[in-house]
Amino acid sequence: MAGVTELIHKYLRHDKKFPHVWCPGCGIGIMLGALIRAIDQCGFAKDEIVLVAGIGCTGRLPVYVDFNTLHTTHGRALTFATGVKLANPKLKVIVVMGDGDAVAIGGNHFIHAARRNIDLTAIILNNSVYGMTGGQFSPTTPYGMRTTTTMFSNVEQAFKISELAVTAGAVFVARGSVYHAKMLDGLLEKAFMKNGFSVVEVVSHCHTQYGRLNRMGTAVEMMQWQKEHAITVEKAAGMADEELADKFKIGVLIDRELPVFQDEYDKVKARAKGISIP
Amino acid sequence: MKRREEYVKKRFNKEKLLQGNEAVVEGALYAGCRFFAGYPITPATEISEVMSQRLPAVDGTFIQMEDEIASMGAVIGASLAGAKSMTATSGPGFSLMQENIGYACIAEVPCVVVNVMRGGPSTGLPTSPAQGDIMQARWGTHGDHPAIALCPSTIRECYELTIKAFNFSEKYRNPVILLLDEVVAHMREKITLGDDRIDIFNRVKPTVPPEWYIPYEDTPFGIPPMANFGEGYRYHVTGLTHDVRGFPTSRPDEIDPFIRRIFRKISQNFSDLQIGESFMTEDADVSVIAYGCVARSAKRAVIDARERGIKAGLLKINTIWPFMRIQVEKVLKTSHCVIVPEMNMGQISREVKRVNKGDAKVFTINKVDSTIITPTEIFNRIREVC
Ligand SMILES: Cc1ncc(C[n+]2csc(CCOP(=O)(O)OP(=O)(O)O)c2C)c(N)n1
Ligand code: SF4
Ligand SMILES: [Mg+2]
Repeated sequence: MAGVTELIHKYLRHDKKFPHVWCPGCGIGIMLGALIRAIDQCGFAKDEIVLVAGIGCTGRLPVYVDFNTLHTTHGRALTFATGVKLANPKLKVIVVMGDGDAVAIGGNHFIHAARRNIDLTAIILNNSVYGMTGGQFSPTTPYGMRTTTTMFSNVEQAFKISELAVTAGAVFVARGSVYHAKMLDGLLEKAFMKNGFSVVEVVSHCHTQYGRLNRMGTAVEMMQWQKEHAITVEKAAGMADEELADKFKIGVLIDRELPVFQDEYDKVKARAKGISIP
Repeated sequence: MKRREEYVKKRFNKEKLLQGNEAVVEGALYAGCRFFAGYPITPATEISEVMSQRLPAVDGTFIQMEDEIASMGAVIGASLAGAKSMTATSGPGFSLMQENIGYACIAEVPCVVVNVMRGGPSTGLPTSPAQGDIMQARWGTHGDHPAIALCPSTIRECYELTIKAFNFSEKYRNPVILLLDEVVAHMREKITLGDDRIDIFNRVKPTVPPEWYIPYEDTPFGIPPMANFGEGYRYHVTGLTHDVRGFPTSRPDEIDPFIRRIFRKISQNFSDLQIGESFMTEDADVSVIAYGCVARSAKRAVIDARERGIKAGLLKINTIWPFMRIQVEKVLKTSHCVIVPEMNMGQISREVKRVNKGDAKVFTINKVDSTIITPTEIFNRIREVC
């Protein structure tokens, strides 16, 4: 344990912006830990990482870590990341977003980034709510739940972020949860090593807003819920749809090869210069 | 193969008959632009089209994004990673870009935004000229922020002002808006490229070791050196109001000097940002203040007036923001009457009236029917007022 803590501390901006803004018990910190461990495992240098985020509780994550960090506008993190990556393809660009950030205001950018297949990793912390603004419903709030703008119950259907990413064309899509922290390390590592647009959805909890309004208990109880409702992709394969109704799949949902934007654009450059390519 | 060689040769032939939009591309490439993100929109589309062909040949990148919000985001990201970056749009897209233009102001990210003005509001008149975005170029994004906007009226100016737009953006670390109107964007004039070379300004980079780098530190000119991502200076960039190290702050004693500094960048270097041309204004009784395609008609009208013995003059303003106050005040002092013809309901004329200390009478011509203001219309007004 001491070793793990030491490792994380190697990457934090201690002298700068602590204490952090998150509520005690929030899952975002667990995700930050997993992110750091995975980056360390992959052996990336601090200088080559650009950590990009949108706006929200999740969006606050980059400020605490010692990389090139970019806190953008709400929903637009992927667009900024696209520019960074294309201007300097040597950089390893990782994007962190909340559920609202990624699939409400940023939904269009999300599907197009997946379709375009630029070499980026998008990590979406899905806490089923707009945490930062005080607990309004998001596109991932399940039907029937209470939030500060659905006090009479949510009447909309929820997006499944990972499945959306698969359909939109992402080459690697995985779902984890902050309860399954160790597994999350591995999923992030795989995503970082993948060439192309990779997505990791991290199911988390917002006990302060969403949990309180829906009487879901403390952070620990909400993590217990994650434990009970998560089913590995492998196990889910043998289960009927009815059995899976209130469950979410964790693990790698898809890992495939499709042409990556930068590689294709290198060919465009060659053609524009009059160099014929086979 | 042969066709491609011929195409390349034609492209690099120096004497050309170019459209305003094409001249903008030439200027951008000459200035060192290596990244373009955009979304098609009339009357700016040619800029995207030509960029998509030219950039890859110089190892640059063109990308067509899903909308203008995304285009502006990508432009900022690319600039932070070290590429001189640009986008081009028209009114509806310019409106969508505003939030991220504000981001470029607060995070001090150099970039160039071309807005080929069409008739508005909303979808308005896609294929017709107008000059309705003067104030949007100044105050389009929310909050107090510095602004630089330039406006060409000839093809040569399209080329040169694009180069200057990049230079200003790199020098002042601010987005620079290039305002074209549909007439200037689509008309063609002969231009010889590269005959009067303009110096290129590249962003000043830190010379201190990374541990000493304070990314938003005040300097005598108010402009901190800028490290690109990946160069060893790991720092934080945010749209939140930040302290000198780039970290979010809510301390009044840090907020105030920050906002004042980004304004001082412009005010302290005001004269460097003024581009314009006086034509026979010294002894003029009536002076016209005009910009964009209207300045072309105004020049003709002034010449016609002079031929008929009327002492007329023209102040063409190429710098829209910061407003060319000193030159305008001079004209207001020396002329009895000043006419401000514009293809809007009166946007620059408000500024002229604001700085007028009662020295001259200010008249306007406001045309919003989608057609250019003609030399005759301006000439008639000159005759009327004198
Ligand atoms: C354009 C814009 N609209 C609205 C907001 C206000 N806002 C800030 S964070 C947020 C929602 C964040 O929710 P989510 O992305 O799920 O992140 P979380 O806080 O839950 O981690 C909203 C609506 C904003 N900053 N910008
Ligand atoms: S409001 Fe919710 S998401 Fe935000 S820090 Fe608190 S617990 Fe976490
Ligand atoms: Mg959320």
